Amino acid sequence: MTDASTESPRMTQPAATASRFRRQWAKLKRNKAALVGGVLILVFVLTALLAPVLYRGNPSAPNLMKSLEPPSLENPLGTDELGRSILGRIIYGARVSLLIAVGVIAVGIILGIPLGLISGYYGGKVDFIIQRITDAMLAFPGFLLALALVAVLGIGLKNTMISIGISMVPIYIRLVRGCVLSVREEIYVEAARAVGTRDAVILIRHILPNVMVPITVQTTLGMGTAILFAAGLGFLGIGVQPPTPEWGAMLGSARNYLFHAPHVATFPGIAIFLAVLSFNLFGDGLRDALDPRFKL
Amino acid sequence: MLNYLVKRLISTIPVLIGISLLLFFMLRMLPGDPAQVLAGQMATPQEIENIRHQLGLDRPIYEQYAIYLGHLARFDLGRSARTQNPVSQEIWARLPNTLLLAVVAMGLACLLGIPAGIISALRPYSWIDYAVTMTALFGISMPVFWLGLMLVVLFSIILKWLPAGGTGGWQYVILPSVTLASFVVAFIARMTRSTMLETLSQDYTTTARSKGLTEKVIVVKHAFRNALIPIITVVGLQFGMLLGGAVLTETVFAWPGIGRLIVDSILARDYPMIQGTILVFGLLYILVNLAVDFIYAFVDPRIRYD
Amino acid sequence: MNPPEAPLLAVRNLHTRFHTLDGVVNAVDGVDFEVYPGETLGLVGESGCGKSVTAFSILQLLRCPPAEIQGQVEFEGVDLLGLDKEAVRRIRGGGISMIFQEPMTSLNPVLKIGEQIAEGVRVHKKMTHRQSRRWAVEMLRMVRISSPGSRARQYPHKFSGGMRQRAMIAMALSCRPRLILADEPTTALDVTIQAQVMELMQELKKEFNTAIVLITHDLGVIAEMASRVVVMYAGKIVEEAPVREIFKDPRHPYTRGLLGSIPVIGRKAETGRRLQEIPGVVPSPMEAPPGCRFHPRCSEALALCSTQPPPVIRLTDNRCVRCWLEAGDNEKKTSDFV
Repeated sequence: MTDASTESPRMTQPAATASRFRRQWAKLKRNKAALVGGVLILVFVLTALLAPVLYRGNPSAPNLMKSLEPPSLENPLGTDELGRSILGRIIYGARVSLLIAVGVIAVGIILGIPLGLISGYYGGKVDFIIQRITDAMLAFPGFLLALALVAVLGIGLKNTMISIGISMVPIYIRLVRGCVLSVREEIYVEAARAVGTRDAVILIRHILPNVMVPITVQTTLGMGTAILFAAGLGFLGIGVQPPTPEWGAMLGSARNYLFHAPHVATFPGIAIFLAVLSFNLFGDGLRDALDPRFKL
Repeated sequence: MLNYLVKRLISTIPVLIGISLLLFFMLRMLPGDPAQVLAGQMATPQEIENIRHQLGLDRPIYEQYAIYLGHLARFDLGRSARTQNPVSQEIWARLPNTLLLAVVAMGLACLLGIPAGIISALRPYSWIDYAVTMTALFGISMPVFWLGLMLVVLFSIILKWLPAGGTGGWQYVILPSVTLASFVVAFIARMTRSTMLETLSQDYTTTARSKGLTEKVIVVKHAFRNALIPIITVVGLQFGMLLGGAVLTETVFAWPGIGRLIVDSILARDYPMIQGTILVFGLLYILVNLAVDFIYAFVDPRIRYD
Repeated sequence: MNPPEAPLLAVRNLHTRFHTLDGVVNAVDGVDFEVYPGETLGLVGESGCGKSVTAFSILQLLRCPPAEIQGQVEFEGVDLLGLDKEAVRRIRGGGISMIFQEPMTSLNPVLKIGEQIAEGVRVHKKMTHRQSRRWAVEMLRMVRISSPGSRARQYPHKFSGGMRQRAMIAMALSCRPRLILADEPTTALDVTIQAQVMELMQELKKEFNTAIVLITHDLGVIAEMASRVVVMYAGKIVEEAPVREIFKDPRHPYTRGLLGSIPVIGRKAETGRRLQEIPGVVPSPMEAPPGCRFHPRCSEALALCSTQPPPVIRLTDNRCVRCWLEAGDNEKKTSDFV
C-alpha cells in the first residue's frame, strides 16, 4: 500500500527482552544456511579441542620413507613431503587456526571496543585523532595491513595473531563509534547523565549492551577473516612456521610438489574453505536474525 | 564540478600524511639502529654514517619527519638492502605487471559479478538468486591461493592447456587473473544484488513502468543507472582487496609483481623495500579512490552541478 | 443521468490481495466503478483505504509484496487483467497514464527531464530521437515551464516540487492518453502550487478531452475538479454520487464524517478539510471488523451493523450507498436469513 505509513522499528532498546531473544532464535533456526554454518563451526571447534583423541601420534614427526604418498587406508588423505599424515596435520591445524582466530578477535576487541567507545562518547579532539589514525589504517586493505605489521613485528604465530588483530582494530572502532553516536543522545543516556552517573558506568551499563549486536555479527565474520588471513600469511611463509601444522603453511610447501602430488595441496585448502565458510554462513544468518538493517 | 574534484583531492591529504606517519614510525619501531637497518647487514660503517646523515637521525624527531617527507615527495626511498638497486627503480619495473593483473581481474569480476547480481535481483528468492547468493558466499570463503593451486592442477597439470606460472603472452595472464577475480566477484555480485533490489523498488522505477517502457529499458536505463553509484564505490573498495589478493596470487603463479616483491622483502628483512612497496600500495589505493570520486561526478548529475 | 456513451474504463469486482509474511491482506475488496470519456471521477478516502492500490491494480504496477489481482478491468472494452504482459505494456503510458504522489522521488534523478518525457513518446508514437526530443520540449511548454528548451536538458534536482509535478503531467499527457490516473497529484505540494497544478490539469483535460481518475483525500480538490465521486473505506466503495449531490446530501455516515460535519442544507462544505474529525483510524485490512467495516467508528451504527455486512442500496439512477441506514425494512429482514 503506497500511502500507508510504516512504522520503523526503533534502533535502540535498553536491553534485549526475553521474547525478542526467542523470536531471533527462532528466525536463526529457520535459516538453513546459518544452521549448516553453526554445525560446521561446532565440528571445527570439536576437532580443535579433541585433536589428540582424533589423531594419535605426532603430526610433526617426519617419516621420510612414506613421503608424498597418495591417500590410502593408513593415511586417508595421503602424506606430505616429509611423510607426515595430512589428515593428522589438518586435525592439529584446526587447533592452530582456532587459537589464531580467538587471539585475533581478542586483540581486536580489547583495543577496538574501548577506543571506539571513547571516540564516540567523548568526541572532540580525542575522537578526531582516533578517527584520523583509523582512516589511515583503513586506507590499506586488511590483508596488506596485516602484512605490513608482520613486516615490522616479524614472523611467527604470536606475531601473526597480533598483526591480524591490529588490522581489525579500525573495523571495531568504526562499528562501536557509529553505534555510540546513535545511542548517545537517546533519552535514557541523557537521563542517566542527568542523575550524575559516572561516565564509565554509562558506557558499560547503557551503551555497551546496544553495540553488542553488531559486535557479535562482526566477531563471527571476523573469525572467518582471521582464519583466511592467517592461512594467507602461512602460505607466503611469513606466518606460522614449520613444523607447526598450519593449513596455509601446508599449502605453501605443497605448492612445490604440485606436479607429483596434487592431493597434498587439495585437502588443507578444503579445510580452510570449510572453516571460513562456516563462520560466514553463521555470521550472515546471525545478522539477518539480529538486525536486518545492519547489512553490507 | 571543479570545486568538487578539488575538494576530493584535498581530502586525500590527511590520509597521505597518516600513511607517511605510519611508515615513519614503522621504521623507528624496528629494534636496533634505523641507519643500520636501512643500510642492510653488509654495510660498511661509512655507509651507515652516510645514511645516518642522509636521514638526519641526529636531529630532532620532527625535523627527521620533515626530511623524510622530502625524500618521499621525490620518491627517494633509498636502496634495496638485498639488491642494492634503488627501491623506486625496482618498484617501477614490477608495477606494470601487478596493474595488468589487477585491471584484467577487475574487468573479469565486473563482467561476471554485475550481471549475476542483476539477474539475482530480478528474481529475488528464486533458485537462481539462491544459487548466485550461495556461489558468492563460497567465493568470499575461498582462499584465493588454494583456488589458484587447484586451477594450476586442473588446467596446467591435468589438461595442459595453460602455463602454471611465469610471464609471457596472454595465456600467462589467464589463470592469475581468474584467481584474483574470484576473490572480488562475490562482493560485486552481492552489492549489485542489494542495490538493484533497492532501485527496482524506487518510485522512479514505477514511473518508468507506468510509461510502458520495456522491461529491459526499465532495468538497464532506470534501475541500473541509479545502482551504478554504489556499485562503483564497491568496485573501488574492492580494488584495494584485489591488491591484497595480488600478493597471494603472484606467489602462486610466480608472477613478477610488487606483491611478490613485498613478500620477498619481508623474508629478506629488506626494510627500504618493504617501506617502498607498502607506500606504493597505499598510493595506489588512494588513487583508485580518487578515480572513483571522479567517476561519480560523471555518473551522478547531482554532483556534476553542485 | 449517466452520460450515454459506453464507459471508457469499467472496473468490476476488483480484488487485490497481498501475500505478506504476516498473512494475506485484502487491500481492495470487491470494487466496481466506471469512468466515462472525458469525465473526472474523484476517488476519495483516508490513507490506507485502498484507493492507491486500486489505481496501481488497474495498470498492474504492484510488484512487491507479491499482489494477486482478480476481477475485471475493462478499458475500451478489453479486460486488461486478461492481457499478456506485452499488451499491458502498450496500454501503460499510451492509453492510460499515471501521475504519482511524490514528485521528488518519482522522477529518475540520473536522466534528463526531456529524455524522461521523450522515451515514453518513442515507445508509443514511433518517433525518432530527434522528433521525440522536440516533442518533449513542446510538452514542457504546454505545462507552462518557462524556457522549456533548456529545462528539458536539466536533471530533476534542478526542478522545484511544483515544476517536477508539471513535468510529470507533461510526461503523462505526452502520448495523448484517454485516461489519466492521478494518485494524490497535489498532496506533496504547497497550497499555492496545488491550485496552479490543479488549474493546469483542468485546462489540459478540457483541451484533450482526457478522462481523469483523481485520487485524493482532499475534498476541496474534489469539489473543484470532479464530476462524480466514489468514496472508499477499508477496501470497499461505500458511496457513489455526482459531486454536487455528495456535498449537498451525503448519505453514508463515513461520507458525512469526511465532509466534516452533519450537513446543513444550503451550506457549502468547507474546502480543504481533512479527516481527523472521525474518531479512530481505518482498520488494518488484516483485522477488518465483521459486519459493516465502518461500524466501530460510526456514531449512527445499529445493532445489525456489527454483524451483517450492509448491502448496496441504489438510491437513484446515479447514486448508491453501502449502508444499513438507507436500507428498507425488507432488506433488513431478509438479511437475517442470509
